[in-house]
Amino acid sequence: MLRYVLGRLLGAIPTLFLIVTISFFLIRIAPGGPFDLERPLEAKVMENLNKIYHLNEPLWNQYLLYLQSVARLDFGPSFYFRDFTINELFAESLPISIQLGLSALCLALIVGGILGVSAALRQNKPADYSIMAAATLGVTIPNFVVAPILTLLLGVWLGWLPVGGWNGGAFVNRVLPVVTLALPQIAVVARLTRGSMIEALRSNHVRTARAYGLTSYMIVVVHALRGAILPVVSYLGPAAAALLTGSVVIETIFGIPGIGRYFVQGALNRDYTLVMGTVVVVACFVILFNLLVDLLYALLDPRVRYD
Amino acid sequence: MTSETKKTVLSIKDLKVDFETATGTINAVQGVDIHVQAGETVAIVGESGSGKSQTMMAAMGLLASNGHTRGEVIYEGRNILGLPAGKLNKIRGAKITMIFQEPMTSLDPLYTIGRQLAEPMVVHGGLSWKAAKAKALDLLKLVNIPEPERKINAYPYEMSGGQRQRVMIAMSLANDPDVLIADEPTTALDVTTQAQILDLLADLQKRLGMAVIFITHDLGIVRRIADRVYVMKTGEVVESGETGQIFNQPAHAYTRMLLDAEPTGHKLPVPDSTPVLLEAQKVSVEFELDSGFLKPSHVLRAVDNISFSLRKGQTLGIVGESGSGKSTLGRAVLNLLPAGGRVVFHGQQITGKSRAEMRALRKDMQLIFQDPFGSLSPRMTVGQIISEGLMVHEPALNGRQRDERACQALEEVSLDPAMRNRYPHEFSGGQRQRIAIARTMVLKPELVVLDEPTSALDRTIQKQVVELLRDLQKAHGLTYLFISHDLAVVRALSDTVMVMQRGKVVEAGTVDAIFEAPKSDYTKELIGAALLPQQQMMETA
Repeated sequence: MLRYVLGRLLGAIPTLFLIVTISFFLIRIAPGGPFDLERPLEAKVMENLNKIYHLNEPLWNQYLLYLQSVARLDFGPSFYFRDFTINELFAESLPISIQLGLSALCLALIVGGILGVSAALRQNKPADYSIMAAATLGVTIPNFVVAPILTLLLGVWLGWLPVGGWNGGAFVNRVLPVVTLALPQIAVVARLTRGSMIEALRSNHVRTARAYGLTSYMIVVVHALRGAILPVVSYLGPAAAALLTGSVVIETIFGIPGIGRYFVQGALNRDYTLVMGTVVVVACFVILFNLLVDLLYALLDPRVRYD
Repeated sequence: MTSETKKTVLSIKDLKVDFETATGTINAVQGVDIHVQAGETVAIVGESGSGKSQTMMAAMGLLASNGHTRGEVIYEGRNILGLPAGKLNKIRGAKITMIFQEPMTSLDPLYTIGRQLAEPMVVHGGLSWKAAKAKALDLLKLVNIPEPERKINAYPYEMSGGQRQRVMIAMSLANDPDVLIADEPTTALDVTTQAQILDLLADLQKRLGMAVIFITHDLGIVRRIADRVYVMKTGEVVESGETGQIFNQPAHAYTRMLLDAEPTGHKLPVPDSTPVLLEAQKVSVEFELDSGFLKPSHVLRAVDNISFSLRKGQTLGIVGESGSGKSTLGRAVLNLLPAGGRVVFHGQQITGKSRAEMRALRKDMQLIFQDPFGSLSPRMTVGQIISEGLMVHEPALNGRQRDERACQALEEVSLDPAMRNRYPHEFSGGQRQRIAIARTMVLKPELVVLDEPTSALDRTIQKQVVELLRDLQKAHGLTYLFISHDLAVVRALSDTVMVMQRGKVVEAGTVDAIFEAPKSDYTKELIGAALLPQQQMMETA
């Protein structure tokens, strides 16, 4: 088990190396540079800036320098937020994004799971149809539409919840962004759970459980749901990545100082180090989550244990 | 056995089961009366679709949600049919238990054997988990599971089909039931395993005295274990009575048809002067297992140095249990798998030929599969399926000519050519197997490898397919390599028989030599377990 985890973590290093390399050269292909402003800087100033940030050196040398600093977990200074290093920026924003994403993920799992199971147990009955119709809505309505509507309704008209800001992570400030972020995921989880649950309820071993007079809790939760949850677990990896990166819109609308806005600002301002930093951080999270998902899968299904 | 003194434990009275489907109501069971007495074994016999399983499923409250029941199921003076789940759960799993046809999937793959055995005891017997686990161990010993202390913590996927069925039997006995319903419990198992499971059931019944309702389509089993028999056809009991009476004086035509459905007859041998069509010399197939990174690979010899030769018009029967390598051998002979050794077809060595080189020969060497449901593409019409091979092997034919050939092939397998515009799902299992045979025959092959072509079919259908294969062989001088675990069918079709075990040939010889005077212990065991009709006649005589 430990060997497996170590192997997977070591295996992530070449993956990360490839990601760093490709994105380093990709962003350099984009025309313009971090100091190209609407009113061009004086040539002398430009030269000095380029010298400080090693931008005057050959590209491969810059690449090697960047690799060295990344290996020391130093993502370098930001070109745009002049007074901050990337590490400082992330130290503040990353925890907020993680909290936001994880809360949304948990909410999606719990609510989506319950909805999916209820729908499966009432297959082809009104409750099933309404849950699935709601799920379709949840997937199709984009969150930049849901967010303003919820803000207007609960924040402005009813005044129950603040319309924006993070406020150090106070509960009332979290509700709207987490719900908005979770809605499409709730829909996907509900659909996945319903499908696999229907299949599980029809399976032979659940028939055995019914034939042996087990309680409905044992039939539904112990025997059917544990197998039915497996496809949902597989979906958790991509879902976590989507929540972390998909928070750009939510963070902008609700004015939350998370990592999401750096994607946009970094790319628009050619802030090379910022873009690279976000890419590396997100890649790390995707890899880590996929590992966690595989471990969880093995925990649930004895047929895929890694010994 | 004097039946008057025995108490009736379960009686089904005028049971009707309907299924609401999109195309209308299906009356699956139409007024069935069945009863079973303490300590008695009752068999319900019938072909697939006769409603025998649905009758017992209805009694146990296990019908699909679109199923409706009427009638009575009396247990201890009370009608249990249609009881709410809460009340029914006091009886099912405790007093009336069930084992199923599919040992591979009837246990939950995610929990240990011990945990699953313990569940009904905790729920019904009020035992603690610890006490239930301890009793589960005793049960595993009772059903003769090897190494019970280790197996109690094993998962179902770590056990063979026979062992899983033993676990199911253990589970059914956990709460000391009055009635055990066994729904085709040995159909998915090898013959030797089937014999062991039947012995175990008979032995346990003798010791524990419960009543057994045994659902099966296999008359060999019925003759061996049942006291009384109910014969079912299209949802009705057409005949019932003592086993001896049913077998010796069947009153109903359907019963007589079932009894006659055992494949019979012999194949006429071909003259010795006939040229050899296929020769296999020291054919071996190896599979690498577990060959992971930095892990020594483990090699499994699925087929180990097998040689045989087959004259034109002959049939070689290859017999063995699952995992014996008989199907792998069939594929190796057709050069569908990389294999060692030499295979000579028509004086031409085919081992080592590339796929492109093989293509010209494929027309003459064809393969028919076991699964009549999975081996026909569901999105093509029967006509397209049959004529598809012609497009590759006889590209000169135009569409009309191909269609004509497809019609001829369908006629040859006794299907109406007008059916060629339908899709496979509209046909029964037996008809589909005929379509699969027509697809082969349209190419006019010389050698046909038949991989368990009759195993998924009912006995009466099986007999028809066997006769069809025999007629086709006679008409076209076909050479068959017939792979099967069913000894009765092999005996009816083959000139020579080869018995395989773990990739090796245990014994080979003419049909008569193998069946009348088997030499090796394994062959004797196989034949003993196979419940062949003639041999049972001799035993009872």
